[in-house]
Amino acid sequence: MKILALTQFLRGDKQADRVVPPSGHTAWLTSFTAATMTFLAVFALALSLAAGRLAERWGDALARSATIRISAPAGQMDAQTRAVLDVLAITPGVERARAMDDAEQRALLEPWFGPNLPLDALPIPRLVEVTEDDTGYDAEGLRQRLAAEAPGAVLDDHTRWRKPLAVAAGRLRMLGITSILLIGASMAAMITLAANAALAANAQVIRVLRLVGARDAYIARAFVRRFTLRALAGSAIGAVAGMIGVALLPSADVAGGFLTGLGFQGAGWLLPFLIPPAAALVAFFATRFAAFRKLKELT
Amino acid sequence: MIAFENVAYSYGGGELLSEVSLRLAPGSFHFLTGPSGAGKSTLLKLCYAELLPTAGRITLFDREVRSLDRDEVARMRRRIGVVHQDCQFLDHLPLATNVTLPAMVSGRSSANEDLQDLLNWVGLAPLADALPPQLSGGERQRAAVARAVIMSPDVVLADEPTGNLDWEMSLRLLTLLVELNKMGKTILIATHDLNLIRAAKQQVPARVLRIAKRRVQLAGADL
Ligand SMILES: Nc1ncnc2c1ncn2[C@@H]1O[C@H](COP(=O)(O)OP(=O)(O)OP(=O)(O)O)[C@@H](O)[C@H]1O
Ligand SMILES: [Mg+2]
Repeated sequence: MKILALTQFLRGDKQADRVVPPSGHTAWLTSFTAATMTFLAVFALALSLAAGRLAERWGDALARSATIRISAPAGQMDAQTRAVLDVLAITPGVERARAMDDAEQRALLEPWFGPNLPLDALPIPRLVEVTEDDTGYDAEGLRQRLAAEAPGAVLDDHTRWRKPLAVAAGRLRMLGITSILLIGASMAAMITLAANAALAANAQVIRVLRLVGARDAYIARAFVRRFTLRALAGSAIGAVAGMIGVALLPSADVAGGFLTGLGFQGAGWLLPFLIPPAAALVAFFATRFAAFRKLKELT
Repeated sequence: MIAFENVAYSYGGGELLSEVSLRLAPGSFHFLTGPSGAGKSTLLKLCYAELLPTAGRITLFDREVRSLDRDEVARMRRRIGVVHQDCQFLDHLPLATNVTLPAMVSGRSSANEDLQDLLNWVGLAPLADALPPQLSGGERQRAAVARAVIMSPDVVLADEPTGNLDWEMSLRLLTLLVELNKMGKTILIATHDLNLIRAAKQQVPARVLRIAKRRVQLAGADL
């Protein structure tokens, strides 16, 4: 039912379209606006997709874990390990701390030294796995306390520096999505203005149509159809131009890094095709709203 | 069909029409006369709800006009053919399309032969493709009459339909309206043309309403 109405709407009624005179420059304005807005939206989309991939990649690496390496003479090893665990137990922001047993350490070292590593005979450091909670701990304070309690312990939190980057990537994605929404809103505003101008310019036409018994819906349809199709056409051009622009960016494989990874990947190339129908939808509702509001003012 | 009860109308200044009560019975034929500026066009506009009364009640097809929503007003106007004093065409569409406009907007396809017959009757067949601004005043008026009757409406309201026409063409249009009246349509014609009224009275029992001093009265038989 709905689909039938839509196809009928798109196919239109040649006669009904003609009752509103062609309106040169506002037509161009709408198509041009839709094209440029879509062009921008394609880039915002590429940006938010790339930022999303980045946030995911960096977020994964950040398992919120760190290791403490204890190197001490064999006699002091157990005492220092216990001291480290004691310090960790009272450090705020540490969720869990666990000393690895020999089997685990052997498994970690196996790739480098082979399976028959005589752990007892070698001065292998003891590893303590630290898992932080959501608030996180103060790395510098922990380091100082460890130096005091267990001089052989070294805190290795190499993945922590990525945290702000992952947060930044997440923010960037939000920014991209916000931009797309703002672009949509601006397009709605501009199309509303153009539709209002067209309605005002055709006040006399609307008056005559009302006088011969046209319903508001009939009159509105003539305007809505026109603006929807213009927005669709303009947006399609803008989407193609935007995608060509994105495709022309250097590929990620060559240089690697954030800026060059800005393109679409795989099914992501299909997403820009959603923009023109969305633009048409925006135009449809913006014009419809403007038309019905204007029609209520006239006669 | 159309009934006024104690209707008053003012454009914002003093009252132009006061205490107007009248009834246009189905199948009746009325003329509306009065000096220029008396409010003839205003009264007709009240009849198709382009204007709403400032006081009193107007009933169209048994419905109070104030109670009609916009869609109902549109549907009601399809049953009333109006010849506007200033014609009211869409200047970008050819005359033939303008004449069929009421059918177009109501989703009805008017038969092409009807259109041709009608254009022939008002002598505009050769001008079917002309744009309204290219027509003479009389040609526009004839087109307006054709548009008013194309949907075969229950009521025809005509505002000075013969103002720019020679006597022969005036009679031709009158005959068209008289024929419609004989088919049971209700007719109201605003005019200054006493000869037209006399000619009509020889064909139908037409009555004459006169606007004088803001009131509407039934004029005497002396016309
Ligand atoms: N939209 C309007 N706003 C204010 N005053 C108006 C408006 N339309 C008409 N008038 C005034 O109302 C009065 C009646 O106008 P109307 O058009 O009804 O007269 P009329 O009887 O049809 O005259 P005519 O025979 O010249 O056509 C006139 O004095 C006119 O100036
Ligand atoms: Mg008048």
